Amino acid sequence: MSSETAERLDREQKGQLVYRQSIWTRVTHWVWAICLFFLLLSGLQIFNAHPSLYIGQESGFEYNNAVLRMGRVLTDEGSRGHTVIFGQTFDTTGIFGVSGPPDNPQYVAIPSALTIPSFRDLATGRVVHFFFGWIFVAALFVWFLASLINGHLRRDILPSAADFRGLPADIADHARFRFQRHRFYKPLQKLSYFVVFVILFPLIILTGLTMSPGMDSAWPWLLDVFGGRQTARTIHFGAMLLLVLFFIVHVVMVLLAGPFNEMRSMITGWYRVGPQTHSQEADRS
Amino acid sequence: MTSGKLSRSGKLSRRRFLGTSAAAASSLVLAGCDQFDFLGQRDDGVRNTIERANDLTYRVQRLLLGQDWLAREYSESEVRQGQRPNGSVDPTTQEYQTLRQQNFANYRLQVGGLVESPMSFSLDELRAMPSRTQITRHDCVEGWSCIAKWTGVPLAYILDQVQVRPQARYVVFRCFDNIERTQAGDVLYYESCDLIDARHAQTILAYGLNDEALPVANGAPLRVRIERQLGYKMAKYISSIELVSSFADIGLGQGGYWEDRGYDWYAGI
Repeated sequence: MSSETAERLDREQKGQLVYRQSIWTRVTHWVWAICLFFLLLSGLQIFNAHPSLYIGQESGFEYNNAVLRMGRVLTDEGSRGHTVIFGQTFDTTGIFGVSGPPDNPQYVAIPSALTIPSFRDLATGRVVHFFFGWIFVAALFVWFLASLINGHLRRDILPSAADFRGLPADIADHARFRFQRHRFYKPLQKLSYFVVFVILFPLIILTGLTMSPGMDSAWPWLLDVFGGRQTARTIHFGAMLLLVLFFIVHVVMVLLAGPFNEMRSMITGWYRVGPQTHSQEADRS
Repeated sequence: MTSGKLSRSGKLSRRRFLGTSAAAASSLVLAGCDQFDFLGQRDDGVRNTIERANDLTYRVQRLLLGQDWLAREYSESEVRQGQRPNGSVDPTTQEYQTLRQQNFANYRLQVGGLVESPMSFSLDELRAMPSRTQITRHDCVEGWSCIAKWTGVPLAYILDQVQVRPQARYVVFRCFDNIERTQAGDVLYYESCDLIDARHAQTILAYGLNDEALPVANGAPLRVRIERQLGYKMAKYISSIELVSSFADIGLGQGGYWEDRGYDWYAGI
């Protein structure tokens, strides 16, 4: 058998290696991974300083405009952790409000394992949060420019009419855990990145800025767009939850689609497409 | 301003500052992100580096923010509750107790430092000066907000009376309240701001809250409003105002009580 034939057979079985992720995509991906880790855990530290979320300009102390409250409540059975969401009370002892072992309970909303620092320190939480906030925004700016120029935005992020047409089939594939490895993103994949980059990232940045009294003076429209500083704080928290959900699905999909291949493509840029991929598609870069 | 929660965190950080890991260890039963606890040490090199992001925030906000741009003002109908008291709510120093018993009749605001003519003002004199009333939103560093109506004399007016010298860069507010009582004695609250915020139209020395005299819990007889920054900048129970070129020699040198405990000097975010 000639080496050429062997190579062709190999390609048909294993699929071809294609250059899938540009250096800009890969670097900003890992910068964000680090930033979001620190932003999440320092953000939860900041949240613990006042673990209630409201709708409106201000926080109701003499009236109730809270949509979420976490805290410790003294009951006949001792201290219990309570979480109130839209008026519904849930006993979250062990997780939210009261956590840790019974002989050494911690009375914090979010348990210390999920905050930076692990002990209560709002000042440090803010230092960490704002540092990584700047890096996060800088990376988004770099990514946006690079992706606009190299076509990543148009090709992989913005959904086209064909993506919407292909959506039902793609949903059916996902439901059956049937993943094919293509050079290009499939409709659901595109849509989820679209939601993250075009909706969640700008939303979490702008609602974060709305919490800044300085920025509210510089850009007063922020308060009008989000319906007040406290609503903005609530949206900021909600966007965080959606990003955490995205992260979980993202990691599960990497595991299901082939962690070695996926990690290689996000580290080196090279991705092995499925054997069924047309060589034409694979060759395009 | 500040609260019990904040005070607790402050005490924890001081313990860390003194090099004890007991506080961390006791809270680390769930041990997750404790490997980043070193960031809580106020003298840690990494922390000092990432803290500089706040200098960037200060510069960028000063660039974006016109010097005289106002914080949002609200309508009467948006005052739906009393101003939530926070931090010190009942100072126990002898000096303050005496003034309070006399209903602040003998109170005099001292204004000095880098000024041409140091002066002092009684509460009646302050009330007779041009006043400004504003309904604004108080944003606490903890995350909550509260809308209230504040009445007072613009700080710019006072600064013009005493004539600020060109070397002056900051206004320091010294306070009556012993926010912390230690074995070494009382720690009094203090704060500082730059002259841009000091001369801002909404920066007032408030003696009135929601159409009444400023209550003790909210800083009687006089507190400052710096509406484009967070609550901890807005010192209550002001005893004197000092114009300085640097605050390095005051307190622990960071420009305020909470700043000395790791909070950012610029609290526009």
